[in-house]
Amino acid sequence: MESLVYIALFAPFVGSLFAGLFFARSPKNIIVGIVNPALIGLSLLASIILAFYVAEHGAVHVTMMDWISAGSLHIPFGFIVDKVSVTMMIVVTTVSTVVHVYSNGYMDHDKSFNRFFSYLSAFVFSMMILVMSDNFAGLFIGWEGVGVCSWLLIGFWYHKKDVTPDINPAISPSYAANEAFIMNRIADLGMLVGIFLIYWNVGSLQYDVVFKALPHLTDGILVAIAIGLFIGAMGKSAQFPLHTWLTDAMEGPTPVSALIHAATMVTAGVFLVIRANPLFGMEAVQGVSYFIAALGTFVAFYAASMALVNRDLKRIIAYSTLSQLGYMFAAAGLGAYWIALFHLAAHAFFKALLFLGAGNVMHAMDDELDLFKMGGLKKAMRGTYIYMGVASLALAGLPPLAGYFSKDAIIETAFNEGTLVLWGMLVFTAGLTAFYSFRQVFLTFEGEERYKLFGFHPHEMYKYVLIAMSPLAILAVVAGWFQGSFHEFIITLLPEYEMSHHTHHLAGKLGLIVLAFAITGIVIAYFKYARRGEKAFKQDEKVENGFIYKLLINQYYVPDFYVEFIVKPYKAISEKFWAIDKAVVDGTVDMIAKVIYTTGDKTRTIQNGNLSSYLNWMGAGTLLLILAAAVVAVMS
Amino acid sequence: MIGVSHYLILSGLLFSIGFMGVLRRKNLLMLFFATEVMLNAVNIAFAAVGNYYGDLSGQMFAFFIIAVAASEVAVGLGLLILLYKKYGSLDLDVISSMKG
Repeated sequence: MESLVYIALFAPFVGSLFAGLFFARSPKNIIVGIVNPALIGLSLLASIILAFYVAEHGAVHVTMMDWISAGSLHIPFGFIVDKVSVTMMIVVTTVSTVVHVYSNGYMDHDKSFNRFFSYLSAFVFSMMILVMSDNFAGLFIGWEGVGVCSWLLIGFWYHKKDVTPDINPAISPSYAANEAFIMNRIADLGMLVGIFLIYWNVGSLQYDVVFKALPHLTDGILVAIAIGLFIGAMGKSAQFPLHTWLTDAMEGPTPVSALIHAATMVTAGVFLVIRANPLFGMEAVQGVSYFIAALGTFVAFYAASMALVNRDLKRIIAYSTLSQLGYMFAAAGLGAYWIALFHLAAHAFFKALLFLGAGNVMHAMDDELDLFKMGGLKKAMRGTYIYMGVASLALAGLPPLAGYFSKDAIIETAFNEGTLVLWGMLVFTAGLTAFYSFRQVFLTFEGEERYKLFGFHPHEMYKYVLIAMSPLAILAVVAGWFQGSFHEFIITLLPEYEMSHHTHHLAGKLGLIVLAFAITGIVIAYFKYARRGEKAFKQDEKVENGFIYKLLINQYYVPDFYVEFIVKPYKAISEKFWAIDKAVVDGTVDMIAKVIYTTGDKTRTIQNGNLSSYLNWMGAGTLLLILAAAVVAVMS
Repeated sequence: MIGVSHYLILSGLLFSIGFMGVLRRKNLLMLFFATEVMLNAVNIAFAAVGNYYGDLSGQMFAFFIIAVAASEVAVGLGLLILLYKKYGSLDLDVISSMKG
């Protein structure tokens, strides 16, 4: 089994290095496009075999080598494949495999085809380290690794200039990449503090040792650790107030958005909370856990509200990702860890599918993202329409698709905990989710064929790409049916979460309420955007000048707030410090050089070629030395 | 009674005279004379101190210095003649050629 662990872990790494061989050279190498997906597929295969093994025999724990061994600090490079990590491994490798095949079609004409695959496989490798590590240090390495790969991939088209179309203030990929990286750096500081606190108080970073030692720590320390780790999770999972980078990250290529900024990397924060459930489940940190749940619920609603008015195809999906991450945090914060993990897996499948569908649309529309320039694409792109429709149905939470089971469980949890405010917000958000996802689908595929006005000639994606997407579509449909068996599989590791009798009794009615909201959302979207033909695209001046619309389209002015109150003051301070730096630090260094230079210039005249004056200088020097020696002798 | 201190004072005076000569003189030949004076001032001091301690090594050293000075003068005077042939003068201000 040990070799399978290594295969699952290192196959993507080998792929990355292999693609790296062809890195900058040769415009496109088809071997890379075949070998890399195959290697990721191999990793998927190994993960599936491991899953069966783990279900039967329990966790596989391997220690590859000693990594850091200094004094009492001892951190091995160890990997654990237990039920939680194997679930993540399967999710990651499944989505990765599909995205790798998909990228073959999507990046077909890109001149940096090989570079793209190298980065993409490196990302998968980092993500595997993150989920498989058996200690916090390894987790952190993977955490930073995915951050770097995310930076590389968001900024993949780094040569693009800033463009500002009429709607949606677009920014350059390199700006977006830096923004994502810096935001994550801020959060990672919190995470590092948490990890240091663990090491100080426990003396080890191994999960099992740490979790065993937790009951012996004081409450204050536990809360501090929980807060530190959660700040890290907030950055990676783009929770308020560190959420602005995720929508800007849509500047990257669409397969990247699907893999990194929807299905895998952004769920790392949720994974961290699930992984550290012995900590977050403790009595002492209930306050933090409740805050996580409340923040998650808030973000779920907050992001969904911004998605209502946005006109950018990819940004809407990005907001919905934010919103769904909020759902996961809500579940994890309320103690329903296995439900959070279940929603994480289900969400990964249908959200990746949704993004890949959006990629098809972009491919067809020459990278146009404005929904109001599309419309009626269903004739040209039947396959993509079906995929995006299925994914949106799953996202909206309609039975029997995946989202129905997982999201319903989360909402039920909120009810069961008696947190009715959270429950109400989550139910309402479910309605919003349904509305905006179908607003997007209908505006893109139904109604008037508006793209003709703008002179686009849409064409369907390659056949093999559509076929490659089918596993995700199937999973988006059937993933929810395995709720029972997933529960049985995971529950030996994660704490059990049972609904009370009262909730159980009401479950059917609660589900109906959620369903009613979701269907209402879809029906409104249908009548507003699909049935009205040309009128659907008419922009209502009155609404657009209204306060709420302005608030939502400007993302609650949070990005502007950051620019005005953080970026600009920071820049002003930096310029001041730069001036000080120039005066003091540079000044000192320059002065030393200047003194030496002028001394040399002045004393140059001594060397006049006259032996007599040399002798005079020599004599004076000798006298001085004798004098100095005499003074020293007298003094001592 | 003439003691060792008198010899040392004489040696110091002679040395100073030689030193001043080195500093002030412009003629190369005179510089050679001045260095000879300094060397012999040291010789006096060596001989006097050697005698004072009853140790012969001081006087031995004086002989060595005389021998070295003689050879130095032999070589130096040869060079001086060549220099004089080249420049027609032994004035240091005239024959200086390297300027910084």
